[in-house]
Amino acid sequence: MLKLDKVSKTYKTGDKALHNACFEVPAGQVVGLIGPSGAGKSTLIRCINRLVEPTSGSITLGGTELTGLGRKELRRARRRIGMIFQEYALVERLTVMENVLSGRLGYVPAWRSYLRKYSPDDIALAFSLLDKVGLADHYNKRADALSGGQRQRVGIARALEQNPELLLVDEPTASLDPKTSRQIMRLIRSACQERNLPAIINIHDVLLAQQFSDRIIGLKNGEIVFDGAPDALTDQVLTTIYGDEDWTQLRGETTGHDREPEMPPVDLAEGV
Amino acid sequence: MAETPTTSNYPTRWKRPPVLLTHPAWRKVILLSGLVYLVLAVQTVEVDWQRVYLGLDRGWKFVQGFLLPDFTSRWNDIYAGLMESLTMTLTSTVAGILISVPIGIGAARNLAPAPVYLACRGIITVSRSFQEVIIAILLVAMFGFGPLAGFLTLAFATIGFLSKLLAEEIEDCDRSQIEAIRATGASWWQVVNYAVQPQVMPRLVGLSLYRLDINFRESAVIGIVGAGGIGATLNTAIDRYEYDSAGAILIIIIAIVLVVEYSSSYIRRWVQ
Repeated sequence: MLKLDKVSKTYKTGDKALHNACFEVPAGQVVGLIGPSGAGKSTLIRCINRLVEPTSGSITLGGTELTGLGRKELRRARRRIGMIFQEYALVERLTVMENVLSGRLGYVPAWRSYLRKYSPDDIALAFSLLDKVGLADHYNKRADALSGGQRQRVGIARALEQNPELLLVDEPTASLDPKTSRQIMRLIRSACQERNLPAIINIHDVLLAQQFSDRIIGLKNGEIVFDGAPDALTDQVLTTIYGDEDWTQLRGETTGHDREPEMPPVDLAEGV
Repeated sequence: MAETPTTSNYPTRWKRPPVLLTHPAWRKVILLSGLVYLVLAVQTVEVDWQRVYLGLDRGWKFVQGFLLPDFTSRWNDIYAGLMESLTMTLTSTVAGILISVPIGIGAARNLAPAPVYLACRGIITVSRSFQEVIIAILLVAMFGFGPLAGFLTLAFATIGFLSKLLAEEIEDCDRSQIEAIRATGASWWQVVNYAVQPQVMPRLVGLSLYRLDINFRESAVIGIVGAGGIGATLNTAIDRYEYDSAGAILIIIIAIVLVVEYSSSYIRRWVQ
């Protein structure tokens, strides 16, 4: 279980990116974090594994206070938190297998990881995860030889290879086509359900957020302005988060005469 | 057409604004004074035309020697000098690389803490502020004539060159890949090994090969000030007015540089 208590982050430049964020995420809950660009979504999830150092407040994960941990304890805490990135953040010149196995770095000593001598359990887990994300045959390919959707699958396998207690997901579908986006979200969702794994998914696409989360948190200017069920995300709430817009069109609920003709789906990224 | 009246109100002329020296008067003053200085500077160069005329004769002999090189009569000296130069080049490049890598990592702002960064940048600055010939003169005075002084000179010069470029390459690394590896709980060494090394390796190989070919050329130059190698042989040949042997040495140097150049570009493409 993850608990945030009055977490704030003010950058050196004086930007208040996050202000008094308080919430709890119980095991197995998938939280969609929405809000306009610059609202502090990225900062918030990076504060949790302290890629960004929070200015004040406390964050606890399963009884461990994450803020104020020393270097070594921080590494131990980070390995319990899997992270999936926007633009995948795979190490492009390493193989798919090395990328997945890098999820074990927090557990193995440096000389072992340097020689790529991972334990049989780690290797078996990596193979099983690659199979699960549908890339069983690609383990010796270089990461930069894969398509966008495939890369994000490797990113998911890397995060799960950590055997995490929490998943932090930063814009997982930002550069993927609509179909691949759904596949990726479904994959993250099912991984969480299987493991009873809580997740915080920072996402721009409100429809995807509603479809794949148990709960939505809305951020605006670093403050939580909405926290509730996906169904409770009314037009009014969306307006408080993002500002005025004709939300009915976004939802596609009305099929009025003013609606633009449906465009055929365009496959922007290469297929999986 | 309906469009004509709508565009007629807009300007039809556009000129790219000056990027540098935006003030029009200052621009004229600076350009003019630059020109005046150039004319004055050229006038201070004294040319002794009589000396040039005498030198033409010697220069012509040199060209003749180059056209009819004599590889045989001094072959033993040339061979010994060449071997010495090649040994000096290879050993100094290897030693230089071995020392440059840690210094380069230390001089990268995104990997090293401030004191280490400043120390390493200091070493690089010292190494870069002296030209090879000047270091060679100093080291020949310290260690006597011969290839040891040459080896030390080239190794020292390699450090400044490689460390600086390696540090810059590390600083230009994709941040997200480093962040992703750090988020798995990896230690500093593991971050270097998994996130930084794969990104900079092709460049490091390319720079090392480039330095190998610079070191060979430099070994010819520093030989002239007494640091051994083919340069010493070349110097002796010129001192004895044996321009045909000197021509042969120059041809060999050019040939070796060409071979190294072509093979290094091939290897660089291969490691991409």
